[in-house]
Amino acid sequence: MRVNCTINGKDMEADDVWEGESLLYLLRDRMGLPGSKNACEQGECGSCTVYLDGIPACACLVAAGQVEGREIRTVEGLADGDKLDPMQEAFVECGAVQCGFCTPGLVVQAHDLIERVPDPSDAEIRESLAGNLCRCTGYEKILDAVRLAATRKAEAK
Amino acid sequence: MEFLRPQTWGDALAAKADDVDVVPIQGGTDVMVEMNFDLHRPGALLDLNPITELTEWEQLPDGTLRVGAGVPYVRIIAELGDTLPGIAQASRTVGSPQIRNRGTVGGNLGGASPAGDLHAPLLAAGATVEVESAEGGVRMIPATEFYLGVKRNSCRPDELIRAFHVAPAAGPQYFSKIGTRNAMVIAVCSFSIALFPQEGRVGTGLGSAAPTPRRAYDAENYLAAELEWDGALDPRVSEEFGRLVSAAASPIDDVRGTADYRKHALSVMARRTLGWAWRDLTAARKVA
Repeated sequence: MRVNCTINGKDMEADDVWEGESLLYLLRDRMGLPGSKNACEQGECGSCTVYLDGIPACACLVAAGQVEGREIRTVEGLADGDKLDPMQEAFVECGAVQCGFCTPGLVVQAHDLIERVPDPSDAEIRESLAGNLCRCTGYEKILDAVRLAATRKAEAK
Repeated sequence: MEFLRPQTWGDALAAKADDVDVVPIQGGTDVMVEMNFDLHRPGALLDLNPITELTEWEQLPDGTLRVGAGVPYVRIIAELGDTLPGIAQASRTVGSPQIRNRGTVGGNLGGASPAGDLHAPLLAAGATVEVESAEGGVRMIPATEFYLGVKRNSCRPDELIRAFHVAPAAGPQYFSKIGTRNAMVIAVCSFSIALFPQEGRVGTGLGSAAPTPRRAYDAENYLAAELEWDGALDPRVSEEFGRLVSAAASPIDDVRGTADYRKHALSVMARRTLGWAWRDLTAARKVA
């Protein structure tokens, strides 16, 4: 089947999409957007988190056919050209990255959190990131990054 | 395999009637796991997302809430937290934010897993499931008759789940579950209580404690008879309520917990949720 959707602001089209295919496969293997990572394929790890019509979702749990006519924003779509999004910048500065595999999903999920909750408490950060697994960092630097991005965003206003 | 995108509820029912090997998909949080792991290859996926009426809820003229099967958990929490507290509490414990953004009560009902988080509060609150088929029309199935066995519900092959109906909470409602960790985990067991002080009635629901979600009728009847609705909560009544809830369970030993542990945990959760509900009731009495 054919699937038409908007990805990171561009109209995209894919042909010969298998009916049981996930949005994650569509993004990585058809659209050349490998930012969203393929790890568990069961919604447990959050590595494939993307915005679907502005709401974070695990791309592995969305059927490709379900995004017909809809809008997707991936981690590649957060930066403005070469200028990183403040959340991406904060992850770099705080060293919230080790192997990096969980990073794209965490960045998208954390990006959404501070959009909705400009000054999140630690409990709110932890709850919001409860569906994103990281096996390297111990999460402390990730929490630092979210706090830093939230502070910068507030200052920028 | 086919991918069907009906634009109306009528078209969706027609597609389901046409072929029994059609699997409806809304949030995809269960269906896609089966697809990704090659556990199930249906003849067709029936995408219900275009049917926007499934994502709406309304209050019927008699006051009952009718909640579309496609309303995601995140909206139940935000929009129905005050009127359906037990159901909203259970929704808050489902998976992760990403899962709650997409997953729906309709999917929980369709999957009919004994561990589905919403079954216990639906049973406790006395919900009814609205299903429909092109030929048979609408059927209203009380939650107590909905669950038939492990992952089996009483929908006929040509039926789709349309909504659930439930009265706004008439008293305190609580949901509690035990997991091996706080997030992203299937319940070891769960329990839900609903008090109906005006009617002097109690509702319960047990999850992950038997082949199907179920109510603890003896516990409900005992509690309704023994509670002094205008007085204090007798710890002995609480204790016996917990024992009767535990006695209503027929759990299994599995990787998540032993049957003995589940029975013990249920008695503790029953006692605690009753305590929380009673505290609310007492507070409401003081205000009034």
